[in-house]
Amino acid sequence: MTNESLRSLISNTQYPLLEELSTARGVAGQEGAVRAILRQAITPHVNSVETDHLGNLIARKAAQNPNGGKPLGVMIAAHMDEVGGMVQKVNDDGTLKFRAVGGIDARILPGKRLIIGPQSVPGVVLEKPVHLGRSNSAATIDDLIIDTGGASGINPGDMITFENSYGTVGHLLKGKSFDDRVGCFILSELLKQEYPCDLVGVFTVQEEIGLRGAKVAAYSVAPDVAFALEGTIADDLPKDEDISSTTVLGKGPAISVMDRSAYADRRLVELLTLTAQEHAIPYQIKQPGVGGTDVGTIHLAQEGIPSVAVAVPCRYIHAPAALMNPADVLHTIELMAKALGRLPSVWESQQ
Amino acid sequence: MKELIRRLCQVYGPCGQEEAVRRLITQELTGLVDESRVDALGNLIALKRGTGNGNAPAKRVMIAAHMDEIGVMISHVDANGFLRFTNVGTVLPNTLFGSRVLFANGSQGTFGMDGKPLAVEKPEMAKMFVDVGATSAADSPVGVGDVGVFRSEFADLGKRILAPSLDNRIGCAILIQALKELTNTPNDIYAVFTVQEEVGLRGATTAAFGVEPDVALALDVTLTGDMPEAHTMEVALGKGPAVKVLDKRMIAHPGVRRWLINTAQAYDIPHQLEVLEFGSTDAAAMQISRAGVPAGAISIPSRYIHTPVQMVDYDDVQNSVRLLVNALGGPVDVTR
Repeated sequence: MTNESLRSLISNTQYPLLEELSTARGVAGQEGAVRAILRQAITPHVNSVETDHLGNLIARKAAQNPNGGKPLGVMIAAHMDEVGGMVQKVNDDGTLKFRAVGGIDARILPGKRLIIGPQSVPGVVLEKPVHLGRSNSAATIDDLIIDTGGASGINPGDMITFENSYGTVGHLLKGKSFDDRVGCFILSELLKQEYPCDLVGVFTVQEEIGLRGAKVAAYSVAPDVAFALEGTIADDLPKDEDISSTTVLGKGPAISVMDRSAYADRRLVELLTLTAQEHAIPYQIKQPGVGGTDVGTIHLAQEGIPSVAVAVPCRYIHAPAALMNPADVLHTIELMAKALGRLPSVWESQQ
Repeated sequence: MKELIRRLCQVYGPCGQEEAVRRLITQELTGLVDESRVDALGNLIALKRGTGNGNAPAKRVMIAAHMDEIGVMISHVDANGFLRFTNVGTVLPNTLFGSRVLFANGSQGTFGMDGKPLAVEKPEMAKMFVDVGATSAADSPVGVGDVGVFRSEFADLGKRILAPSLDNRIGCAILIQALKELTNTPNDIYAVFTVQEEVGLRGATTAAFGVEPDVALALDVTLTGDMPEAHTMEVALGKGPAVKVLDKRMIAHPGVRRWLINTAQAYDIPHQLEVLEFGSTDAAAMQISRAGVPAGAISIPSRYIHTPVQMVDYDDVQNSVRLLVNALGGPVDVTR
């Protein structure tokens, strides 16, 4: 990305595409609305766009000024799905039994407002008023029901999402589903630029329930190198002990060395850290051993694909209102753009 | 062969950083194989061509031995230079006290734990730290993302061997030795030294896709039931290589099992059957590669697996080589 276009992004305080993506509803398996937004946003900037059998949106952009020979094939994945729920049963009194789709801590749900089904029916998760006594045990999903006031037109299988909460808090951006709509936003921005490698942007499905979309997309795209863009855990609140936060807001893109799903390719980690140092872009190493990304299935596709994940730190992910620092978003775009620019020559020199 | 084992067990090579092990093995394979390559994840894939079997084309036989070893990755350096860590592969907290770890840059350290004296508290990794002799975060020679592996001195006990990371450098040594002794074979032998086994059979997953074998074998260590009050298991040190029947993630292909047992019987090689209730090997990944591959394993009985000081029986090691050489040296028939 050119410095001018980056500056124009930074000077903006409005990110309409990010807002649109955060607001859109799409739990695993029902990513259609998110896909439609992205397809429209990226189509002018890429050579081709297709949707595969599982619903992954695959955008191809040919290399500009490659080094000669066959250009390096690079896949960048960002997942479209968000954590949410599914209606399990409509009770006789109109309340809803439901299941989580993806990792949700049931303790955050009582009293929250949720949006249910294709007609976006609002509902509230049952909560026993404090006047009736405090419970000492935390709720599980099995204990909870959703009250829609008896709304009709809801069926088992309907998706449940958090209510839209997009906005600002101080200098931070607030919204639902930044995991991983911020990755989708960054990938959309990256697709506007030209690179010396064949870039395949893949907006994946079903990440939150087992990295499923990325698995088949990586098989069909079969790139030489892959990246996953994520919104990741930030637990950078004051701590009693001298222990690490997983990531910290404002300290730049978080690079994964190892998480539960994959061990990053060390050459790509070095590419990112050296690029960041040379361009004075802040970065951080994500606390090892925590979480997982689409890299988990991408790197095992075909004969193996060297891969790494880069993420924007988000507080309160997998909850109704995540917070992130816009500077981290912009620095992630800048780091990825600069790294892609030099990747083919660095990669060739290491073969 | 003991010298080869000693050297392999001393080389630094945690999951994801197997380069030094790969270099040593590549040197050892000089002149033994017809071609070799390193795939995208770092697996070393060496091919020794076979002559074919009459009119039938040579069968593609893949033998996997993993190069990686378990370790600890630094996750935080505190103000006083103590290092918090996470596990790379299955690390047993009980084994950490008194252990020595080695980092890629040669730094060494040992383990301590927050709070009360060791004797009264059960070790928990979240409360433990690595001490590399640093006095502050600034002078720590290692940082977040660096990996330490467990190290101890190699010792030849006569009949038995003590060494770090026999899991699975002993498998690598057996595969190298077998290639040295295998003069003629009708089969295309793909000797694959895999990466990232300890974090989920990841290298074998991609290598099997690339090799597309007709038959696959893993060489890896297995537990034994021959110690006082051990968990019931038939495998014992000194009773020969164990032919895998079952483990946590696979049921060995009956044809592969029979092929190995028939070979052992034909050449009078002591052997035993392995029913393993914990863990698995690269064979589990190879078995479900592409459209499926008949797969099994030759397991080397080993005590104190995933601790810094592991033990194997040298007769078992040599008999594993003999079993492998004789199995690969003839026609491979794994029909059920």
